[in-house]
Amino acid sequence: MPRTEFSPSITSRPVYPGLTPQGATPAIMLAEGPGAEAILDLAALDASVMDLAHLIYIPAGHDAGPRLAALGAKMYREAPSYASALERYRKALADARMGTTLYLAGSEGMIGQAVAEALAAGLPPEAIQTEHRGTIARRMQCVHCKGVTENVTTDPFVCSHCGLTLFVRDHFSRRLGAFQGVCVDAETPGIVPAVQEIKP
Amino acid sequence: MTIQFHDETFRDDYTFHNSPEGIRRFPFPFDADSYMYSVNLEPHAGGKAGSPFEKRFDVDEHYVAEMRDRAITLTEDPLRCQSLPHMELAGWDFLELVMVSKSEDYPELFTLNRDGDRWHWINRPLGIEQRFTFLDATTLPCGPMEYITRQTQGDHALLDQRDGNLWMDAGMVTSQADWSLDFDIGMNFFEWHAPVPKAHEMGVFQRALKFLLNLQQGAPVRRLNWTMTVNPRLDTSPENYHKWGPEKRTVAADNVGAKQYLRVELQTLWRLPRSNAIAFPIRCYLCSLEDIVTVPKWGRRLHRVLRDLPNELAEYKGFAVNRPTIVDYLAAFDDGAPTSPGIFPD
Repeated sequence: MPRTEFSPSITSRPVYPGLTPQGATPAIMLAEGPGAEAILDLAALDASVMDLAHLIYIPAGHDAGPRLAALGAKMYREAPSYASALERYRKALADARMGTTLYLAGSEGMIGQAVAEALAAGLPPEAIQTEHRGTIARRMQCVHCKGVTENVTTDPFVCSHCGLTLFVRDHFSRRLGAFQGVCVDAETPGIVPAVQEIKP
Repeated sequence: MTIQFHDETFRDDYTFHNSPEGIRRFPFPFDADSYMYSVNLEPHAGGKAGSPFEKRFDVDEHYVAEMRDRAITLTEDPLRCQSLPHMELAGWDFLELVMVSKSEDYPELFTLNRDGDRWHWINRPLGIEQRFTFLDATTLPCGPMEYITRQTQGDHALLDQRDGNLWMDAGMVTSQADWSLDFDIGMNFFEWHAPVPKAHEMGVFQRALKFLLNLQQGAPVRRLNWTMTVNPRLDTSPENYHKWGPEKRTVAADNVGAKQYLRVELQTLWRLPRSNAIAFPIRCYLCSLEDIVTVPKWGRRLHRVLRDLPNELAEYKGFAVNRPTIVDYLAAFDDGAPTSPGIFPD
């Protein structure tokens, strides 16, 4: 699955420029599903990026584990979910020294949360590289109840917490790692536009 | 002049009203018969006597009622007031700025006695008397930004300056034109303005940021912004949009003059001395259409501005659905006569 090309949008909407090897510097790599292909491409450009890398892979139904394991990262770990990888990822961020590069590849929801964690841990934004691969599902925060609904693929969608029908904005909070969802029928309760698939 | 503070509400029964003097001093935002975005910053160095530009922090007849409304909103949703951990010093800077300004500009209403870091603050309209130690947050009932902004009309954002940008890292936001502090906190200047149409392409934000990064202490600036609000509601937050949204559809030809308000923000920006942050008060003024048209120049001009506004802006400002009703109403007050330059009544 190739890199996702998103249509131009507002300035708060994240962009994912892709991964560029920084050589044999300390690295944390977090890949999810087809994001594995981005790490494989990265290592193909410069195999030395793996020398000091701590690579965590969340397969999410994509079977790239053996190929990633064969890249020879200093540390390699497969995790069944982002939640299960979180404490290990936080520890890696907390232990990171100056000059560490963070490589993130996968869905917007995973990248958004992982960037928010990294910024909260004090990693400078310029040390964070991102590449989007796979699903274009979004992680949405309901502005009304503040609950986050994962894997939103339609607009509008129903908030999994409060049940309001929300439209999908492009406005994005790096702190929350989520897009904003706003009640679509606030002015005309019950009148909801037709559901559409989200486009990149 | 003694201010008569109104006992009025900004929700439920909406008893908010402007006195005749309140209408005359309303900061009408249009200095010409058409509108487009601009940076439009000018020094905030006083202004016409009696106008909202005269004092550093304008106190008007709505002060006590607005502070009561803020307290209600905060009780329902404490996330309307947030400060990231590194912003406490900026909060003290802002508390000092407001207390010094108000006690000097309105000595009959506010008193500040300072003995070194031992301060004594008296706010007569709100019946508050507080002794505290400056820069010691344990001596106030809440953080310094929350403390002073519960006593200061308008929303307030505190902007940290770093990496050549401004970051909205603290704020008290209960009377906003439909944006969420809880969502936007931590964003930089371009991110929090991202949803504004057209202005990015026009370079407005690049120019404004460049100017603000060089803002100097003691040289605050101001600008006006505006939108339209149905009913005199301060809390037009996205958080509560599903609660106030239906009111937007209650405007009709027979009630538009009373129900539709022009909402004006007097935005001021202040460099703060210790933190090097910028304080950004966003003061909201409301005036119904039927009160606006009592000033003939304003009635003529508002009609022309709203009639000719690009639809994208009417959509963004959230009144496109009511624009025909509003423009029809205002047309009756526009005889086609020329209007004088500037915002003030003739």
